[in-house]
Amino acid sequence: MTITEKILSKHIGEHVRPGQLIICPVDGVMATDTTAPLAIKAFESMGGTKVFDPKKCALILDHAVPAPNERIANLHVMMRQFAKEQGIELFDIGEGICHQVMVEQAYVKPGHVFIGADSHTPTYGALSAFACGVGSTDLAATMMTGSIWLKVPESIKIICHGQLQDSVTAKDLILFLVGKITISGATYKAIEFNGEVFENMTLASRMTITNMVAEMGAKAGLISSRGLKLDYSFDDIYIPDANANYSEVYEFDISSLENQIAIPESPDNTVNSSVVAGTKIDYAFIGTCCNGRLEDLQAAAEVLKGHRIPKGVRFLIAPASKKTMMDAMNNGTLQTLMDAGAAILTPGCGPCVGTHQGVPGNNETVISAANRNFRGRMGNPNSNIYLASPAVVAASALAGEIISPSKLKS
Amino acid sequence: MTLHIYGDNIDTDRIIPGKYTKTLDISSLAAHVLEDLDPEFKEKVQPGDILVAGKNFGCGSSREQAPIALKQAGIKTVIAEDFARIFFRNAINIGLPIIEIGPHNIKTDSAIEIDLAQGHVMDTTYNKLYQGTQLPQIMMDILSADGLVNYLRTHQKFKVENQV
Ligand code: SF4
Repeated sequence: MTITEKILSKHIGEHVRPGQLIICPVDGVMATDTTAPLAIKAFESMGGTKVFDPKKCALILDHAVPAPNERIANLHVMMRQFAKEQGIELFDIGEGICHQVMVEQAYVKPGHVFIGADSHTPTYGALSAFACGVGSTDLAATMMTGSIWLKVPESIKIICHGQLQDSVTAKDLILFLVGKITISGATYKAIEFNGEVFENMTLASRMTITNMVAEMGAKAGLISSRGLKLDYSFDDIYIPDANANYSEVYEFDISSLENQIAIPESPDNTVNSSVVAGTKIDYAFIGTCCNGRLEDLQAAAEVLKGHRIPKGVRFLIAPASKKTMMDAMNNGTLQTLMDAGAAILTPGCGPCVGTHQGVPGNNETVISAANRNFRGRMGNPNSNIYLASPAVVAASALAGEIISPSKLKS
Repeated sequence: MTLHIYGDNIDTDRIIPGKYTKTLDISSLAAHVLEDLDPEFKEKVQPGDILVAGKNFGCGSSREQAPIALKQAGIKTVIAEDFARIFFRNAINIGLPIIEIGPHNIKTDSAIEIDLAQGHVMDTTYNKLYQGTQLPQIMMDILSADGLVNYLRTHQKFKVENQV
């Protein structure tokens, strides 16, 4: 069995096969200020009175925080009220991005089935959890019943051989893979990442990998729990059987992989950074559920230490969570970044989705550590977004043009 | 009953452009359904018509307004080679019957009979039977309740005895 099949089989108490429809009990559900208001409405229309288990539900204010206007402020009020009535934990403004908070607070654990009303919910596959994104009505039904109907997906296996070079990170690897598999190449399927390169990764890097399965159309993305380090103990080892069935197997040798950049306007438009090196940038951004964690801020700080970004370039950082921000504050990372000229935003989605802060101007070019660069993604259809690793973003901020950190030194 | 036939990868933006989706008045969606793909569709479509598509129908965003718009326009069933996953879920959840039949050669002059419970489509004009994916009982139940909101209002939970 694949990891997905093992997790789902355990949940329904019988051996599942791809294509089968199951009603699966869930270990957790989550909705954000983008999706929760509609889900609360649907929950009430369904005649819902009590959520199935308040301890397994979470509401998070992260997409537009602090509220930029009256309409969104009132949606936040609606969520706080619902959470209070139901006894659900509500993570209020500044706690962080939904996916980061769910992992940090151990709402999701290895082997869980987790449903989130956000398309990047597959991120939790970094902990060997089966997690997928749904719409508001589905979320309402799951909050009410504690279960969801699911079609057991076929799985794609991605095997990477070799080791990444020093300046090449998980983000470069996943950008490369999205470029290969394409934006719809894994639609409906679960992706399993196989090989030591993934199993040796930190939790943060694993999350960067599974985060971007959404950019391949996948339903879920999982890395085996072998080598996974968490600050609590977990028993079950979720690894695929040697004879597990995959609908497709992709193998890559990644030993000579260079820094990767996704050029406008799709995350699968990936090229070696040398192809677009020299492109002038106005704005650099580090944050999001893809790359806003401590190791990402540290990678940027390492590039920027002792330097100052030039006038004419602005550099925004939105830490993925309050914990990330405090850790970065306590170990001096934040000091280095601010000394270099970065502006620090409230932990949360920040400029990622263009709902409020940090919208680029007309004809401006952004280099971003986020996961999506569709036209208009950051709120202005007349701007261009290039996606890269945090180190490449920091180096580019310093140079005022796209550059790989290894070139910066020479 | 007319068949409206389209190709592969019809995305949710082409089913209902994002700019029309921010409304709670769902009946307004029908006026813009498929307008960037086939501007005449909304004039041609009659209640009870069938939409036939190729691969990956409904790819793109997670907007529930896409199947709602088709349903509001009068589409009774969508037949496709296959569907994008969130569209598939949303269609069942809002009570729009859909059927996946794999590669097909249905033409505008095909006379078709759909058996949702058996998961097949018969093209009587060309005498061809397409055996597709059978919807399990739970999904048939959600569809006959006209969607998940009504289903749960009645049952309060998924009826587990229907588990496949
Ligand atoms: S950081 Fe961006 S991609 Fe991640 S949940 Fe927030 S808006 Fe979505």
